[in-house]
Amino acid sequence: MMQIDLSVQHVLKRFGDFTAVNDISFDVESGRFFSILGPSGCGKTTLLRMIAGLAELDSGRIEIRGKDMAGISPNRRPVNLIFQNLALFPMMDVGANIAFGLQRRGESKSGIREKVSAILDRVDLAGFESKRIDQLSGGQKQRVAIARCLVLEPAVLLLDEPLGALDLKLREQMKVELKKLQAKVGTTFVYITHDQSEALVMSDYVAVMNHGEFEQIDTPQNLYSRPQTPFVAQFVGDNNAWSGTIRNCEGTVGEIETDDGFHFRSELHQPLPVGAAVDLFLRPESMLIQPDPSLPDLNRFEVVVRSTLFDGANSRLLVHPVNAETELLVALPQTHQYDYIQKDDTIEIGWATPSGICFPK
Amino acid sequence: MDKNGMHDRLRWGLLLFLTPVFLWLVLLIVLPQIDLLIMSFRVESGYGDSSWSLYNYRQFFEEPIYWLTFVRTAVYSVLVTFLTFVVALPVAFYITKVVHPRFQGFLTVLLLLPFWVSELVRVYGWMILLRESGVINHFLLRMGLLQQPVEMLYQDATMIMGLVYTSMLFMVVPLISALESLDNSLIEAAYDLGANMGSILYKIIIPHATPGIVSGSIVVFMLTLGNYLTPNLMGGKNSLWFTEQIYNQFIASFNWNQGSAFGFLLLFLSSVIVWLGLKLTRQNLRKVVQ
Amino acid sequence: MRKKSIYSVILIVAFWAVGSGIVLAEELALLTWKGYAPVNLVEKFQKETGITVKVTYSNNEEMIAKLRATRGAGFDLAQPSQDRISSVQQQFKIYQPIDLSKIDSKQIIPSMLEAVKQNTMVDGKPHAVPFCWGTSGLVVNRKFAPNATDYSDLLNAFYNGRISYRLKRPTLIALAFAAGENPFAKYSNEKDYEELMNRIGTAMIAAKPFVKSYWTNGDALLESMRSGEVHLAMAWDGAGWKLHAEDPNIDFVAPRSGALGWIDTFAIPAKAKNVKAAYKWINFMLRPENAAAFTNAEKYGTASNGANQYLDASVRANFERCFPMRHIANIKWYPPVPAKLESIEGKTLDKVKAAQ
Repeated sequence: MMQIDLSVQHVLKRFGDFTAVNDISFDVESGRFFSILGPSGCGKTTLLRMIAGLAELDSGRIEIRGKDMAGISPNRRPVNLIFQNLALFPMMDVGANIAFGLQRRGESKSGIREKVSAILDRVDLAGFESKRIDQLSGGQKQRVAIARCLVLEPAVLLLDEPLGALDLKLREQMKVELKKLQAKVGTTFVYITHDQSEALVMSDYVAVMNHGEFEQIDTPQNLYSRPQTPFVAQFVGDNNAWSGTIRNCEGTVGEIETDDGFHFRSELHQPLPVGAAVDLFLRPESMLIQPDPSLPDLNRFEVVVRSTLFDGANSRLLVHPVNAETELLVALPQTHQYDYIQKDDTIEIGWATPSGICFPK
Repeated sequence: MDKNGMHDRLRWGLLLFLTPVFLWLVLLIVLPQIDLLIMSFRVESGYGDSSWSLYNYRQFFEEPIYWLTFVRTAVYSVLVTFLTFVVALPVAFYITKVVHPRFQGFLTVLLLLPFWVSELVRVYGWMILLRESGVINHFLLRMGLLQQPVEMLYQDATMIMGLVYTSMLFMVVPLISALESLDNSLIEAAYDLGANMGSILYKIIIPHATPGIVSGSIVVFMLTLGNYLTPNLMGGKNSLWFTEQIYNQFIASFNWNQGSAFGFLLLFLSSVIVWLGLKLTRQNLRKVVQ
Repeated sequence: MRKKSIYSVILIVAFWAVGSGIVLAEELALLTWKGYAPVNLVEKFQKETGITVKVTYSNNEEMIAKLRATRGAGFDLAQPSQDRISSVQQQFKIYQPIDLSKIDSKQIIPSMLEAVKQNTMVDGKPHAVPFCWGTSGLVVNRKFAPNATDYSDLLNAFYNGRISYRLKRPTLIALAFAAGENPFAKYSNEKDYEELMNRIGTAMIAAKPFVKSYWTNGDALLESMRSGEVHLAMAWDGAGWKLHAEDPNIDFVAPRSGALGWIDTFAIPAKAKNVKAAYKWINFMLRPENAAAFTNAEKYGTASNGANQYLDASVRANFERCFPMRHIANIKWYPPVPAKLESIEGKTLDKVKAAQ
């Protein structure tokens, strides 16, 4: 069994009447990249600050490498936090920023110099010691902030949406870099973000948080393909939602009549009684355009194209079923196969039974 | 063409409008200063006739009571500036970083409140509190903490306290604006990286607030050096302040030449001290004035 | 645009007009000592003449400095002591000669008028008439200092921490008399005078530890005598008598080596605007019943002839108690101060103040 670096047990935090973090428990194994994904205001930052020691818990227990953190101030915890705005010290140069923590530990001058230069090397900023903070680019600042924490060899590195301030291109690049860096140093990362793509790309495990509670802790793949709650289904990746009623049940497959009159067969994942009201979720990419008539077991229906949403590899068709108003997003593979589809065309759409995700209302 | 004409007329209008201001500056500020400067280089011999001389300036350096008084005044002013800073920093920090933002304005106004009455009234207030038959002595005697009333007034320590009190505002306000621009996350980051309160203060807060500290210190230093009332009223018999010597030269000795020489020496020497202070803290005036 | 610049010209002209042109009701700008222009007399004067009196409080040194700065402008009437007029007038020309024909001289005690005329004579013309007189001496709290009789007690370790006096020239003069010297006799000899002042200064520095405070403000001195913080002070007789009315233990004492007599005067600044009002005020203030009202309030002796009959019994008692005949004869009246002496005295006083 792997060592548990961070263990959070029944942690609760209230601000007045508002419960920011409601009885949350989870463990993070050593060397993992663990993300907490949730909309803003879900309590993820509060949770992170409690781990760092910058906020007090109302009840519960936080252990780092098996040691209870109660009553231990932030400057004595073996965790470090990378702030949303990075919080680099503008009054010091890069070298002094990174040396700051080591100096507080009273390490020798030569030792500090060596460690600083080694860690800068590691984040590909060799020789940057005497640069001023305002001379750095956004990505370089990012790496200095990470180096400043990593040089202290923390048990857990906490990251509070550090990519939030970067532009899209750089953010994409940093995602990959951060993942590689984490793999290289092997430090346990706890990363919070509201950006599902950041969480899915980098993490070993992702916890989806909403209203102070975890909805699901899982691997990115499972979160995407097997969401456990309607919130996860909608928050992680795009989804088309359809509300309906179960009309028939055959084992794990149910027949659903949607409110606008369609009949679909879908996997249920959990037993549901006939007559139950459900939400049916369908990923845009699980819908096939003009499916081959020979394919069996497909839910097929006709839709009218309202518009084409071109977004490179992520392009979609915005459609609505004939005689219904429900808007649907359908993935549009950029293989030139479907270039003939025009606005207001009527086309056939099909999806396979296992692609449907059903939750009772 | 037309635009040019308009511009010209606008400029003339402005010039006309500013003329009283210029006149006021020149007639009431610049000319008297020049008059005093000339006077400081002249020596009167007997009735009416006078000649050019450096005698008034030489007097300052040759007569120990004059330059010793200046040294005393300057040293105390530096001490007052430092103490004001030590007192003002926690106050400014509390107002900007600790207290709920809703009360910030209220606390700042509370800080300003004593400055709505004149310095004279404030000093008399202190005198009523501190004198031998004053309020504090009365209560200490009542409570049995003292057997004999103690004279708390007319001592250097009292005078310094009074000067610090008078100068507080001029240090707190620049400190507040300097600390307001300090991102809380810098403090938290330092804390997270293992710093204790002391190193956060020395490594983060003070370096960040340096421009505010320096501009506050210059104002406090100059005001203290140029103060007349507080040292005179609270300092008592030993508290000769350099401004009092200038006053004495003008008023008691009728020696305006000597008085103006002292005035310009005060201006010059205090500028030198401020310049030295800026050099020592590696600040420049332009940065600080911003 | 043209309109705008015209407006600005109008505005400027308007400002100038406001600044210089508007004529107010007739006013008398009076530069005097605290208590020398009681409110009730100011109101009475306004009722009689329609002239408003604008009072500025000051002392001898500041009066001279103010008038010197403006070369005698800004005030219509000043009240310096008679000994501080002639040399100042010779140096700075800040007063104008007084026109005795406009003064109701019957109202003034003749000997005092004559003395002031002589002492303020510059270029053959008198520059002041007397208003009131008084002496400097000791104010003593008999309960604590029953044996204080002379200025030398101001240097006496027996009264450690309970002594207060001004760092001004009267103190130097007083201590010189107490030391058996006659400083007035040395006025004419700068060198001797400087030597004397140095000696007095040294004695004052030696006795500095016994001093509680050097008072600068009459009210502050009264308060510290009242509260018992100070037992022995050098001050004016009027101050002592004021305190005596409140606390019989405290009284003025004419020192053995002689009280220092001063006469405060009326003198008209060189560039006075409302000279007519100045003469009106002089004659008004010297009218016996008005002069007596002033003396009853402030306790200082008056130069007004015939004011005696209007004086309160307690005020008359003050003079009789403190100035029996031999003390009156012993009063040292200040002769006019020659120029230059003030510099010597100033330096001595600076040294005393600076000494630790």
